[in-house]
Amino acid sequence: MSPEQALSLRLTHLEQLESESIHIIREVAAEFQNPVMMYSIGKDSSVMVRLAKKAFHPGKLPFPLLHIDTTWKFKEMIRFRDSFTKENGLDLIVHTNQQGLKENINPFDHGSKKYTDVMKTQALLQALSKGGFDAAFGGARRDEERSRAKERIYSFRDKHGQWDPKNQRPELWNLYNGKVMKGESIRVFPLSNWTELDIWLYIWLEKIPIVPLYFAAERPVVERDGTLVMVDDDRIPLRSGEKPRMELVRFRTLGCYPLTGALPSGATTLPEIIKEMLLTKYSERQGRLIDFDEDGSMEAKKKEGYF
Amino acid sequence: MANVTKEEQAAEQEFIEKDILGYLAAHQRKELCRFTTVGSVDDGKSTLIGRLLYDAHGLYEDQLRAVERASSTKSQTLDLSLVTDGLKAEREQGITIDVAYRYFSTQKRKFIIADTPGHVQYTRNMATGASTANVAIVLIDARLGVLQQSRRHAYIASLLGIPHLAVCVNKMDLKDYDRGVYDGIVKVFRDFSSRLGFRDVTFIPISALKGDNIVHGSQAMPWYDGPTLLSFLETVPIAGDQNHENFRYPVQYVLRPHLDYRGFAGQIASGVVKKGDPVMVLPSRKTTKVKGIDTYEGEREQAFSPMSVTLRLEDEVDVSRGDMLVHPKDLPHVTDRFEAMLVWMNERPLDPEKSYLLKHTSALVRAEVEAVLGHTDLETLAEVPATGLALNDIGRVKMRCHKPIFFDAYAKSRATGAFILIDSISNNTVAAGMIRGPEDGKSARAGEGFGSRSQVSRAERRERLGQGGAVVYLDAKDPAAKDVAFAVERHLFDRGRVAAVVDGSALAPATVLEMSRAFAAAGVIAVVVGPALDGGSREALSRDLGDALMEVRIVPAGGVESIVPGRPIPVTSSGDPERSADSIVAQLESRRVF
Ligand SMILES: Nc1nc2c(ncn2[C@@H]2O[C@H](COP(=O)(O)OP(=O)(O)O)[C@@H](O)[C@H]2O)c(=O)[nH]1
Repeated sequence: MSPEQALSLRLTHLEQLESESIHIIREVAAEFQNPVMMYSIGKDSSVMVRLAKKAFHPGKLPFPLLHIDTTWKFKEMIRFRDSFTKENGLDLIVHTNQQGLKENINPFDHGSKKYTDVMKTQALLQALSKGGFDAAFGGARRDEERSRAKERIYSFRDKHGQWDPKNQRPELWNLYNGKVMKGESIRVFPLSNWTELDIWLYIWLEKIPIVPLYFAAERPVVERDGTLVMVDDDRIPLRSGEKPRMELVRFRTLGCYPLTGALPSGATTLPEIIKEMLLTKYSERQGRLIDFDEDGSMEAKKKEGYF
Repeated sequence: MANVTKEEQAAEQEFIEKDILGYLAAHQRKELCRFTTVGSVDDGKSTLIGRLLYDAHGLYEDQLRAVERASSTKSQTLDLSLVTDGLKAEREQGITIDVAYRYFSTQKRKFIIADTPGHVQYTRNMATGASTANVAIVLIDARLGVLQQSRRHAYIASLLGIPHLAVCVNKMDLKDYDRGVYDGIVKVFRDFSSRLGFRDVTFIPISALKGDNIVHGSQAMPWYDGPTLLSFLETVPIAGDQNHENFRYPVQYVLRPHLDYRGFAGQIASGVVKKGDPVMVLPSRKTTKVKGIDTYEGEREQAFSPMSVTLRLEDEVDVSRGDMLVHPKDLPHVTDRFEAMLVWMNERPLDPEKSYLLKHTSALVRAEVEAVLGHTDLETLAEVPATGLALNDIGRVKMRCHKPIFFDAYAKSRATGAFILIDSISNNTVAAGMIRGPEDGKSARAGEGFGSRSQVSRAERRERLGQGGAVVYLDAKDPAAKDVAFAVERHLFDRGRVAAVVDGSALAPATVLEMSRAFAAAGVIAVVVGPALDGGSREALSRDLGDALMEVRIVPAGGVESIVPGRPIPVTSSGDPERSADSIVAQLESRRVF
C-alpha cells in the first residue's frame, strides 16, 4: 500500500469515537435480552441517541428509551423530549416514583440529597426492575468527574442495582463481558471516552438538536447561595425579599430546575457555547448542585444505584 | 508554580476568542492516540501525567484548584501527582482499580491516557491499560537506572502488542541533568529492547517535576536535541498501526428492519472492503459479493478498519452473529486448537478441568486450557516450565475451543488475535489471551475435521450430573455378576446417580470396551458385565478413566485379590448381591466419582 493510500485510510478522532461507541451499542443489543437506553434529555443523551440511530440504521432502535421524570425538570426539557422522540419514532418510557410524588418529595422541603435519592435513584431502580432490563445505557463520560475516570464501559450492578467498586471486571481491548445472572445487570457507558469538547464538536458537526436551554436567553432567575436558579414555575417558594429578575443566562448541564445553576452568558450559537466552555474550563458539574452535598458524593450515589 | 508560559496560554485564548470557527475546524480533524504510562511506584508516573495535563491544559479549573489547595499546605510547588491521586486513596481502601483514564488534547491529537497504579497487581493492570494503547511510556528513575522492573514493564508492553515505546529517563534534575547518566541508561536499555517487538523506541531525558522536555524543551539539557515528550506523542506515526492488509469483518448484529433489507452490522477488525468485493462467510465457507456498504450517512464505495458499518450481500447466504466475513483469497486461521499467551487476572487460579467461555471478536465459545506450556519468569523474562496459572502469571498455553474460531496471530492483528476468558460460574473475566498461532502441525487453514469432538467438557458434565463417568467392570464368567450389576444400578439410582448396566456377555471384547468408554465419556456410571479384561484393554481404559475404572472381582467372603499391582480391588462377597453393591458404591464414592 502506498503512503498516500495509507493516509486516506484514516479516521479523525470523532469518527473513531463514533465507531467505537456504535460497536458498544451493537454489542449490548446483541448480547442482552432486554436493554434500555437512559434518556436524560441533555446533550449527552442527544449524542447517545444519534449514535444508537446510526448503529441500527436503517432499522429502528431495538430497545426503548427510559426517562426518569422527577416532575421538576425544566418545562422546556419535557417539550423537547416529547417532540424529539416523536419526530425520531423513538419508543419512550417515562417513569416517576409515584410513592415519592404522593408524599410530595421535593427539593425545597426535603433537601437535594433526600429528594435525589427518592425521585431519581429510587425511581430509576424501580423503573429498571419493573421493566426487567438487564442492561441500561447511560450517557456518562469519564472526563466529567474524578470518580468516573476509572469507571468501566460495562459497569456491573448486583441484584439491587448497586455498584460494588471491589467487584468490577477487567476490561481489555473491545471485548466486553456481558455475562450476568438473573436479576443482575450492566450499566453501559458508550460515551466513556468522549470529552465535553468532543460532545460539543460532534453536536456541531452532526447538527444534532439540543434543548434550547443550552443557549443564552432572557430568563427569570433568583440568586441563591451564589447560584442563579431559574424560576421555571410557581412551585419555587420565594424567600422574603426575593424577586425574580430577567437575565441573559444559559445552562451548561440540564437537570431539575431547582438544582441546576444558570450561567450569565450571551452565547446563542454552538461555536459561542464552545468558546465559552473553552475559556472558562470549569468542570461540567459545577453547575449541578447535587455534587456538593458531601465529599465524594458522586461515588456514594453510584454505590446506591445512581448513574 | 508550573512553567506554562503565560504567553502561550494567552495565544491559545486569543485564537479561541478571535476565531472560534478556525479553532473548531482545527480540532475536528485530530487523530486519536492512546498511551499508557508504566513504571514502578515513585518513578514519577503521577507527576508526569499531572504535568502533561497541566501544561497541555487538560485540567479543569476546579481540579486545578483542588490540587492547588492540597499542595499549598505541603510546599511551595504544585504537587502535580495529586491530579491523579484519587487512585492512591482507593488503593489504600483496598478497592481494585486497574486503570483510570484521563483525557487531554492538543490541536494535532486527542489523547487517552490509561493510567495504571503500580502495585502488586501490576501485571494485570498494565495488561488492561496496554491492550488498547498505541504508545507505552516507560519511566526510569535516573538515579536508579535500568532496573529489572523496567525490563518487565517493557516486556509486558511488547507482549500486549504496543507498537511504539518511549523511554523517559525521569528525575534528571536530581542527576544534575548529566548527559553521561542518560547515555548510560539508553545504552543498557537499547541492548535489551532491541529483542522486543517494538516498531520504534524513543528515549527522552525528562524532569516530570520541573517540566523539562515534557511539553517544553529543556534549557538545562542543551545536549539533547530530540523531541519533547508531547511533540513525540503528537507525531509518532500511529496511522500505520492499523492492519489494512487483511480484511476481517466479525458480524455483530443482523439488521432486518423489513423484508427487503438484510444487513450485517459490524466493526471492521482489519483491512479494507469495497463494494463488489467477493467475500467468504466463515464458518460456512459460502462465497458471495458485497452488494452495498451502508452507513447512516449513506452508501459508501469502500470502508476500512476500525469503521462500524453495515454490509449487504448479493446472495441469500446464512450469516449470524459470531460469523466472520473475509476475502476468499486471504483467510484467517480456522481451527479449534491454538497456542496463546495468557495473562491470568483472577484470584482463583486456572482450573485445567474446567471449561471457560472464550470471547474473541463477536464470537463466544466454550474453551479449555489444554496445557500450560510454560511461564514467563518476570525476573529473567525467560520461559520456565510450569503447570498452572495464578493471578498475574503470564503463561504460554494450548487452548482448545469447542468450536473453531477464526483468528490471526496477535502480532499480525490485535483485533483478531485477542480474546478474554470468562468463568462461566462467577461470570468474571479471568484472563486475557493473545494468540500466537495454530497449534503445531495443525495449521488448519483448511479447517477440516472440526466438529468431530464433543462440545461438552468433562467439567461441565460433572457440574450438571454431580458425578464423573466411571466403569465398574465385572467378569461375565462369574455367575453372580449380573445380579450384582443390577443391584449396583439400583443403589446408584436410589442415590440420584446416573448409571446403566451394559450386558456385554455375548459381545466381542472390543465392542464392550468401546461401549464402556462411551458411557463413561457421557458422564454415566457404566456397570459392565463383560469378558475379563486383558492387559491392553485394561491399560487403555485406565488411561482414560484413572481411578474411575473399577474392576471388581467377586470372591468368597474374606478373600483379597489384586489385579492391578498397587491398586486394591474392592472385594465383595459372592453370597449377597446387596452387600456387594453396597461396597462397590462406597468405593465409587471414596474414589470421588460422585
Ligand atoms: N526531583 C524530582 N522529583 C520527582 C520527579 N518526578 C517525580 N518526582 C517525585 O517523586 C515522587 C514520586 O512521584 P509520583 O509521581 O508520586 O510517582 P508514582 O508513584 O510513579 O506515581 C514524588 O515525591 C515526586 O515529587 C522529577 O522529575 N524530579
